[in-house]
Amino acid sequence: MPESSERGSLTEAVYYILLSLYQPMHGYGIMQTVGEWSRGRVILGAGTLYGALNTLLEKSWIQTVAIAGDSRKKEYVITEIGKQQIEDELLRLDERLTNGRRVTGGEEG
Amino acid sequence: MKKIIRKAYSNPDKEQQWLNELAAKGLSLSDYSWCRYVFEETEPGKYIYQIELLENKPGNPESELYLHFLEDAGVEIVAIYMRWVFLRKKAADGPFAIYSDCESKIRYLNRLKNFWTGLLVLEFSAGLFNLGISILSLLNAGFMAESQFPWVNFLGGLLCTGAGIVFLFALLRPVYLQIKKLRKEQALHD
Repeated sequence: MPESSERGSLTEAVYYILLSLYQPMHGYGIMQTVGEWSRGRVILGAGTLYGALNTLLEKSWIQTVAIAGDSRKKEYVITEIGKQQIEDELLRLDERLTNGRRVTGGEEG
Repeated sequence: MKKIIRKAYSNPDKEQQWLNELAAKGLSLSDYSWCRYVFEETEPGKYIYQIELLENKPGNPESELYLHFLEDAGVEIVAIYMRWVFLRKKAADGPFAIYSDCESKIRYLNRLKNFWTGLLVLEFSAGLFNLGISILSLLNAGFMAESQFPWVNFLGGLLCTGAGIVFLFALLRPVYLQIKKLRKEQALHD
């Protein structure tokens, strides 16, 4: 675990894609969910999502779920390794937020 | 009502802009083949268009997977021409861009850069080869009768080299500059 937390932070797209996959979902569902969570701020391009999903599959941070009856439409779900990445990221984000609030005096937000 | 416009574009950015301008006026692209655009009349601004260069040939399984993924994500595939795909999405569904962060944009622009570079290498080698032939024959023959000069090679070579130079500045350079700009941006943002 100390090893993985030494790595850099996740991109916003990767962070939100992983987070949305705590529930199995297909591509369109991920785009919708991330859009809703960020109140329309993060609109994932389909090409960007496709590339990110393939990279995450290669790294085994996510895996595909077989859907009965429809072999073409794929669903994805986060793996234990992926969940560990999210845990590590939460620590980094927490640190950033704490330092940010402390330095700016917590006046904003 | 269908409308056919014959037009030649080499710059996909300009082509895409033109398609979106027409779509905003109610002329929506429904098919494309070599320099031939087929439009259907729709309500103005119904669709947003994007043009993309596929990583692999259209029949390739990788391309099939990607195109299916796009369709599942609500993107309509309007036409496929060689490695180029014309995509559209209903404007009512929100903004439409295939790539939404620096990293994936750069990866795509590199694909474009490689594509144009390949084309340019072909053009320059064909052009310079033919120019070389004409110059060699001129040197060998000295200043003989005009009919012996290989005009076809000379003009063809000139045309290819000229097209190469035009493409270099019109197509490859903008892509290169876009990549440079995004790399700088990437130092600050995703």
